[in-house]
Amino acid sequence: MPDKEFAVLMDAKQISHAISRMAHEILESLDDEAKLAVIGIRSNGDFLADRLVKEIRKIDGRKIEVGYMDITLYRDDLLTNPEHPEIKATEILFPVDNKIIVLVDDVLFTGRTIRAALNQIPDYGRPRAVRLAVLIDRGGRELPIRADFVGKNIPSSSKDDVRVSLVERGGTDEVLLSRGAKPTIAKAVKPAAGKARKK
Amino acid sequence: MTFKRRHLLSLEELDAAEMMKILETSKVFREVLDRPIKKVAPLRGLTVANLFFEPSTRTRVSFELAEKRLSADTVTFTAATSSVKKGETLKDTVRNLEAMKIDMVVIRHSSSGVPYFLTRFCSSSVINAGDGQHEHPTQGLLDMYTIWMKYKKIKGLRVVLMGDAKHSRVLRSNVWGLTKLGASVAVCGPSTLLPVGLENMGVEVYTDIDKALDGADVVNVMRIQLERQQAGLLPSLREYTSLFGITKDRLKRLNKNYTIMHPGPINRGLEMADDIADCDQSVILEQVTNGVAVRMAVLYLLAGGEGRKTDED
Repeated sequence: MPDKEFAVLMDAKQISHAISRMAHEILESLDDEAKLAVIGIRSNGDFLADRLVKEIRKIDGRKIEVGYMDITLYRDDLLTNPEHPEIKATEILFPVDNKIIVLVDDVLFTGRTIRAALNQIPDYGRPRAVRLAVLIDRGGRELPIRADFVGKNIPSSSKDDVRVSLVERGGTDEVLLSRGAKPTIAKAVKPAAGKARKK
Repeated sequence: MTFKRRHLLSLEELDAAEMMKILETSKVFREVLDRPIKKVAPLRGLTVANLFFEPSTRTRVSFELAEKRLSADTVTFTAATSSVKKGETLKDTVRNLEAMKIDMVVIRHSSSGVPYFLTRFCSSSVINAGDGQHEHPTQGLLDMYTIWMKYKKIKGLRVVLMGDAKHSRVLRSNVWGLTKLGASVAVCGPSTLLPVGLENMGVEVYTDIDKALDGADVVNVMRIQLERQQAGLLPSLREYTSLFGITKDRLKRLNKNYTIMHPGPINRGLEMADDIADCDQSVILEQVTNGVAVRMAVLYLLAGGEGRKTDED
């Protein structure tokens, strides 16, 4: 579908390279005793977490726990949001105590999602440290939060729309940017997502 | 789908998609109950009043826990300790509570239709926690959730509801819910406790327990409500036990992977033999645990989003 507003910021190859680099960076940041757990934030962060863990395992034999987190219940707009957000399952089936947790999300923007995720972690225990890995950092923070591992920095305005499409959700691997108004590409980009949330 | 209701009054008024939405959401909250810290914050800032005009342990505590685990503020009162004793009308009681800025009301009452009556003048969300002989929707939902979790489906299962179909609101909610989700439902009890027209609700009706249990997957045994028995409907409790009590012997007629349920409180040795309640196939305590999760889901869905917004506009 030709759309003038729409640009591919990362293709499949670039995404895969970025994830592989982040895997190396994460390993580099760990000491020998560190027990690693990777937690992906739904949706998209969960798939990226799986990919990241696969990459880390290729390089290093250490045991890594994987979990998935839905932050809906920790959002700060639950009672004011007219749209009733769909809650998905949180699966953290291991003790987080004394682990190094790497939170994984696709796009870091206002920081509110990460704030919610950070609030959720203490309900499961007390990790040794929490780090943040994101595929895209698009700037525009509304909270004092930064990522430790970044796939690509893409400074953008709040009117822009940055979307990550992944094979696991029925799309192709790419990062898309549309300048200005909300894009019409949403449907084309995320065929599987339409089911998850009806507007 | 978006859940648009503001009140939960009965399962009769819900469609299959709405019930599945509640069950799906319950799954999420069931996970919260297994966490080291069993508390989340979606209802922070909301106040829920639990009005129990009839005795209750399970349902009241279950609602209170559900509210607290969602971080709502709660007030609970029972008829015995309230101004109802001084002759205040129900309407005045609720209006006065609302004047103290209540957001949701959970009500149990011995008269059918009281929750609906409240919705006519209340601006809060109303949740029926059992009204007379009408319905007990959250109990119906938690029974369905428990079945769904065990068999991963509801459609096509054969469920027998044993006991007092005339007075039991739990039975009624189960009938509405299970039939809409495609289970094959049978009701079994003495003919004096089977209301006229029951078969029009889409269930098979039996007075012979052995026939009813033949090939069933789930038996949900209702409590014989000693407080609601008018003279003459049951010749004697001993007769009920011998004709309709669940015993080990009778369970042989069920399918291999069967399940025993009871909404509580159990009259041990009356509707169910003592050892049955504690056997491996009994999920009675799981029902209680799931009850908190299901009530959290109901509170969350009614409190959030659309319903609230449109009403304030």
